[in-house]
Amino acid sequence: MTGNWVLARRRALAAVPVLLILVLATFLLLELASGDAVDAYLVTSGGGDATLVAQLRQHYGLDQSVLARLWIYLAALAHLDLGWSVAFDRPVSALITERLPNTLLLMGSALALSFGLGSLLGVVAGARPGSLTDRLLSVGSLALYAVPGFWLGLVLVLFFTVDLRWLPGSGIETIASGKTGLARAADIARHLVLPVAALGFIYLALFLRVMRSAMAEVWQLDFVTFAQAKGLSRARIVWRHVARNALLPLVTMLGLQAAAMLGGSVVIESVFAIPGFGRLASEAVAGRDGPLLAGIILVSAVMVIAINLAIDLLYAWLDPRIGARQAG
Amino acid sequence: MAVLTVSRRLLLQGTAALAGLATLGLRAHAAGGGRLVVAADSEPKNLNPAIVASNGVFFVASKVIEPLAEASYTGENGLAPRLALAWEGSSDGLSVTFRLRPDVTWHDGKPFTSADVAFSALQVWKPLQNLGRTIFADLTAVDTPDPLTAVFRFSQPTPIQLIRNALPAVTAVLPRHLYEGTDIATNPANVQLVGTGPYRFAEYKPGQYYRLTRNDAYWDKGKPALEEIIFRVLPDRAGAGAALEADEIQLAAFSAVPLADLARIAKVPGIKVVPEGYEGLTYQLVVEINHRRKELADLKVRQAIAHAIDRKFVVDTIFLGYATASTGPVPKNAGEFYTPDVETYPFDVARANALLDEAGYTRGADGVRFTLRLLPAPYFNETRQFGDYLKQALKAVGIDAQLVNNDAAAHIKAVYADHAFDLAVAPPVFRGDPAISTTILVKSGLPAGVPFSNQGGFVSAEIDAVIAQAARTVDTSARTQLYKTFQKLVAADLPLINVAEWGFITVARDTVENVASNPRWAVSNWSDTALQG
Repeated sequence: MTGNWVLARRRALAAVPVLLILVLATFLLLELASGDAVDAYLVTSGGGDATLVAQLRQHYGLDQSVLARLWIYLAALAHLDLGWSVAFDRPVSALITERLPNTLLLMGSALALSFGLGSLLGVVAGARPGSLTDRLLSVGSLALYAVPGFWLGLVLVLFFTVDLRWLPGSGIETIASGKTGLARAADIARHLVLPVAALGFIYLALFLRVMRSAMAEVWQLDFVTFAQAKGLSRARIVWRHVARNALLPLVTMLGLQAAAMLGGSVVIESVFAIPGFGRLASEAVAGRDGPLLAGIILVSAVMVIAINLAIDLLYAWLDPRIGARQAG
Repeated sequence: MAVLTVSRRLLLQGTAALAGLATLGLRAHAAGGGRLVVAADSEPKNLNPAIVASNGVFFVASKVIEPLAEASYTGENGLAPRLALAWEGSSDGLSVTFRLRPDVTWHDGKPFTSADVAFSALQVWKPLQNLGRTIFADLTAVDTPDPLTAVFRFSQPTPIQLIRNALPAVTAVLPRHLYEGTDIATNPANVQLVGTGPYRFAEYKPGQYYRLTRNDAYWDKGKPALEEIIFRVLPDRAGAGAALEADEIQLAAFSAVPLADLARIAKVPGIKVVPEGYEGLTYQLVVEINHRRKELADLKVRQAIAHAIDRKFVVDTIFLGYATASTGPVPKNAGEFYTPDVETYPFDVARANALLDEAGYTRGADGVRFTLRLLPAPYFNETRQFGDYLKQALKAVGIDAQLVNNDAAAHIKAVYADHAFDLAVAPPVFRGDPAISTTILVKSGLPAGVPFSNQGGFVSAEIDAVIAQAARTVDTSARTQLYKTFQKLVAADLPLINVAEWGFITVARDTVENVASNPRWAVSNWSDTALQG
């Protein structure tokens, strides 16, 4: 336990400069992009005269230098204030708090689907390397991986929403349904089936391939030969010895893919009209909303760091030798 | 198509995995019982139409907050009364008297009076609204001799024709009792709207929907027909089409379903494609020209570019027939002002080449006369596609156009602030009167940074004089004649090139009635829109 605390504290300290650099880079990169929040606003508001444009720029603080605005932002950040979104005219923290749960729900479900089903199919493929099942699963997973997420999303909507009318194709829940408790949870789950499938099936292929490869390596190890020599059943060897030992690389993948999935949610949330974090990020870029984008990247980075810390702790738990090295 | 559908269904229904899903007993429910669900592709941060006069805002807000008058196919001067019953301008152009509708109440129960109109005009339209700042620039006072009369007083002659044409877009009336003494720009009522319209603003779920509910106390007794309107935020256009086919939504306005999908979706049983209802919201496809560039300052070069564009191809291929070729800066459906009696530039590549030769820009060894930067506006598929076409059309006459594609904010800055373009493709909207639309793309003297204006450095004292004279001419026929002269001058001088003009398309379920009942239907109050059954 002490080792875990040491690891967590060390990671937290290391994260501070990383987060600071990220905030600085976001702010300055957005500054390099042509056009500002007023330009973006004028597109949607039908324009205005020179006085109005000047008033807006003053109102948003865009008449100040980038360094002055950055300083104000960092000073607020030191007080855990993420600032004010110029595109939405609302506090950044309120927007993030509102949108993040939807994305976490989408990501978590998609990750569970891809990790659970992917590793299971990986075991099936890796149980008999080179078999017809293995080859079919390998080809199938590669085909899924090659499919763009937005296309898969649209095809799923076409089949299950338009043709079959089985599942809703947009939104996170039924509009103004008045549902509460379990009924609302079931409604949200129904709305998540297609986006989770669109996001999860692509990453499923990765977990399947990694599991299969890891199992292929483990099959060559001496203790597997020993288990076979002992006369253990094939099922017992696959599940108790090969799959279990092949699981570690998958845990590493889990951390990496969680971050990638956050990026993938941008497209899926737009296709399925889910008011999530990814869509918010794309709206922040289009609106040249520096504080909002910096807030989104900051929270995303904290999430990725936290997930990877959790993965490291899980690793340490799975293999105490690794835990001892990390703590040391 | 039917065979394909059946085949997919059989295939899918045969799979065990999907059978598992079917057991969940999940079925999409079509909205009904008076709830109309509409696709919305944006969420304006300020929904107040008295401050932000734009179609994105009007789309939602027009059902809640009403103007003094609305556009009409049959009404006198193309108008139907709303909060005003009648309006009359003085012969000297220094005052306009509005007779207001009696027995109107705000959604919070307070009575609507001339004081609300006076407050809106003086405190909101004139100082804060993007269009009102021009129209009401000389408004000095609004007299309210009684609760149902408002007399607008101007320091300079202001044409009643302009006021009339602007009524639908610029005169959304706000409740004085909620705004007076507050910071109007940040008032919570800018999002949680309170108006006199047929629908009350009930709820806004950011990223999801706006919900409007029936106003039982609406002044037009028996209306509205619907119990509820939901504007569902669907940022993906393909998603909007699918939602319509699945009956998750019943209506998609403003071409939310892309033109390329219309032929297919029109064949889907239960869905109709309605191209009417946008005549008062005509968009114009124009080529903006940077006259600072030596070659483009030469009229012969501009004429050559105009001749190089095949407008029929643009209408048929890019707009798939849902547009009309332009002849000048006023669209054909603005019958009050439009004149066909202007210089035209028929598609003629040989003539274009000859003009460029005459101008002294002969082809080099590589066949290129000169190179230009071409910036298509990114707001519509059609403006981007026209950018691609224009590049090819210019290549045919020896002009090498380098396409520069930006997102919206970057495009605005490049064209209207930095002037970092040679040619740009723009889609300005014609707002019923040249004074508040097309003239701003031509008149000189505007500072850099004013979007959707003449930032190409074009200067014509003659055109500027006509625009200024029309702004002060009270007599309607004389003013109309001035704008006809304006069209002739612009078509001859080519400060910009008008290519096509188009309205949007509405796609709706057959069950939606009274779609396109006026020329600004999508941004009007929908009090007569109903659902069958």
